[in-house]
Amino acid sequence: MTTASPVRDVIIIGSGPAGYTAGLYTARASMSPLLIEGAQSGGALMTTTEVENFPGFPDGLQGPDLMDNMRKQAERFGAELLTDDATEVDLTGDIKIVKVGETEYQARSVIIATGSAWRPLGVPGEKELLGHGVSSCATCDGFFFRGQDIVVVGGGDSAMEEATFLTRFANSVTIIHRRDSFRASKIMAKRALENPKIKVRWNSVVTEILGEDGKVAGVRVQDVVTGEETVLDVTGVFVAIGHDPRSELFKGQIHLDENGYILVDAPTTLTNLPGVFAAGDVVDHIYRQAITAAGTGSAAALDAERYVLHLPIETF
Amino acid sequence: MGANTKAVTDASWTADVLQADGPVLVDFWAEWCGPCRKVAPVLDEIAASELGQKVQIVKLNIDENPNTARDYGIMSIPTLTVFKNGEPVQSVLGVQPKRTIVKMLENAL
Repeated sequence: MTTASPVRDVIIIGSGPAGYTAGLYTARASMSPLLIEGAQSGGALMTTTEVENFPGFPDGLQGPDLMDNMRKQAERFGAELLTDDATEVDLTGDIKIVKVGETEYQARSVIIATGSAWRPLGVPGEKELLGHGVSSCATCDGFFFRGQDIVVVGGGDSAMEEATFLTRFANSVTIIHRRDSFRASKIMAKRALENPKIKVRWNSVVTEILGEDGKVAGVRVQDVVTGEETVLDVTGVFVAIGHDPRSELFKGQIHLDENGYILVDAPTTLTNLPGVFAAGDVVDHIYRQAITAAGTGSAAALDAERYVLHLPIETF
Repeated sequence: MGANTKAVTDASWTADVLQADGPVLVDFWAEWCGPCRKVAPVLDEIAASELGQKVQIVKLNIDENPNTARDYGIMSIPTLTVFKNGEPVQSVLGVQPKRTIVKMLENAL
């Protein structure tokens, strides 16, 4: 090893509630964490609006504000923040190596909290029209659809939140969902269904996004029961069908399940590699809440601390 | 608003961007856009670096300047577009790592 970079106690990759909480805990434990936030730091909450279910905030707060607060709290105790993407890792040895472009960092332990990424529909027209009527983020792009007719694809909480938010701007919002009921929480589904601007196309899938002059001009929708196809004249398509774990970087080193989620020895955050821990949405495909991510982030920090001090996990 | 980046408007667009000497990177943004907050400090850093001497980095608030945003078909923010000799030459959507933005600017030199 020719590099002169110091070996840290811990590097945290990722910066949603899990990453920042791990940063806060390891910083308070005097582990001088390096927190590689990613270029788009703050995780999934950065594109949400009101967060009503994070305990301790009885009046709710904005997702980006919650993340700014967590970031500041980690920084206050000495977490070193790097707003860039980890590009390569070697986690197999006693000394873990994490590269960010050309720069190499080393640590005795690594906490993976890379979360999940927006899942595209994968239909013709989507890629070409992304940013020109196709959107992954209602709070970013909703403004551009004032007075227009648009669709939201999906049936979970994100789809309900986006549809409800978009009624502030749009003339009408049609939710296209492949089943005959939503998997969203009751409160979110009710709010959407009771909104006079929102209609629902049940048992339907988008098969193509149609463009004209480089912008969205419609969507082709198929009824999965009858097979019947119709074209909706809409100018915006907001895709909210779910997320996929951001675990590509760790493939071949860390054991993943068949969907790419990192496997941990729950209720601990231990992965198959000693000194490597994982927390948040890159592990959790069941709960996926800000509070559960923060919870596993703190667990990962405590696990990493025990590991670096050569203490057994059971001595908690 | 960063200390090293300049705000441009619908009114100043032609003079500040289209008729500028050398490449101009325009950050189309708005106050209400969470991800846009992540772009601002990165652009400020680049503007303060050596590269910032060779290119101009400006910000256009799309709420206050809807005409320019509409003229260039901006439908998603943040959008970062490099203009050269009055024409858009390269554009990226969403938050990008610093090195991606630096590379885009170096290509435009």
